[in-house]
Amino acid sequence: MIYLTRRATFSASHYYWNPAWSEEKNQQVFGRCANRNGHGHNYTLEVTVAGEPDPVTGFVVDLKWLREVMEREVLDAWDHRHLNLEAPEFATAIPTTENLAIAAWERLEPAVTAAGRARLNRVRIYETPEIFAEYRGEA
Amino acid sequence: MSAKSRRAYFGRRYLVSASHRLHTDALSAEENQATYGKCNNPHGHGHNYVVEVLVGGAVNPETGMVVDMADLDDVVYARIVERFDHADLNLDPLFANRVPTTENLCRAVFGLLKDALPAGELERVRVEETENNFFECCGE
Repeated sequence: MIYLTRRATFSASHYYWNPAWSEEKNQQVFGRCANRNGHGHNYTLEVTVAGEPDPVTGFVVDLKWLREVMEREVLDAWDHRHLNLEAPEFATAIPTTENLAIAAWERLEPAVTAAGRARLNRVRIYETPEIFAEYRGEA
Repeated sequence: MSAKSRRAYFGRRYLVSASHRLHTDALSAEENQATYGKCNNPHGHGHNYVVEVLVGGAVNPETGMVVDMADLDDVVYARIVERFDHADLNLDPLFANRVPTTENLCRAVFGLLKDALPAGELERVRVEETENNFFECCGE
């Protein structure tokens, strides 16, 4: 089994807010991230797929194809967007880095699986170079 | 996204600048020199270590988080950064009888954090000694 990883970057804004809580509790739990005008990050999306190299091409998957999947499924929806206001999955869920990793997995997994070449192994999202979250699918 | 809680991982990187000297009294001066080379320099030398902490756990449905970063930072600063940053690793009691290689530092960091996390479980500690080498410990 070979694990192949591709990165892409996108920029987006978000804020953390639980509507079930008071303003005070949101401020207490989320601090500056609860600023309702939002703030932004330069995110890095890191996608790992696992599979066997094709005996003819030597590819697990074509990197150009994987880039196109990442752009179509994730970047077109999230790049230069306000995640709380424009990404449907965050109409209810809080766009934490953890939830971004899970949502990116859900966006990518059907396309990767349908192609039949490899399976999605891991999605990692860097919010800054020092902060990241990853999701590896259902246990 | 569905509201069900799922297991994810939160990672955070911390900078620790410290000095060390690789030397063991179990070997002769010549053997230390042969084994550790420049790292055996009697006056020690330093690195900008990066300590990467990976925490696994269920995503809290109320906060969207595996672990609150501020709480994690408090623990890692108290237990790791304040202890090792700008310190001579050889003088730390953990390395009184153990060479402060980055392998041993990595395992020491895992041990100092594993029962102290504010939420989730410690999945892995990575210590990068330079941009070109790093070590990982998952607890074994």
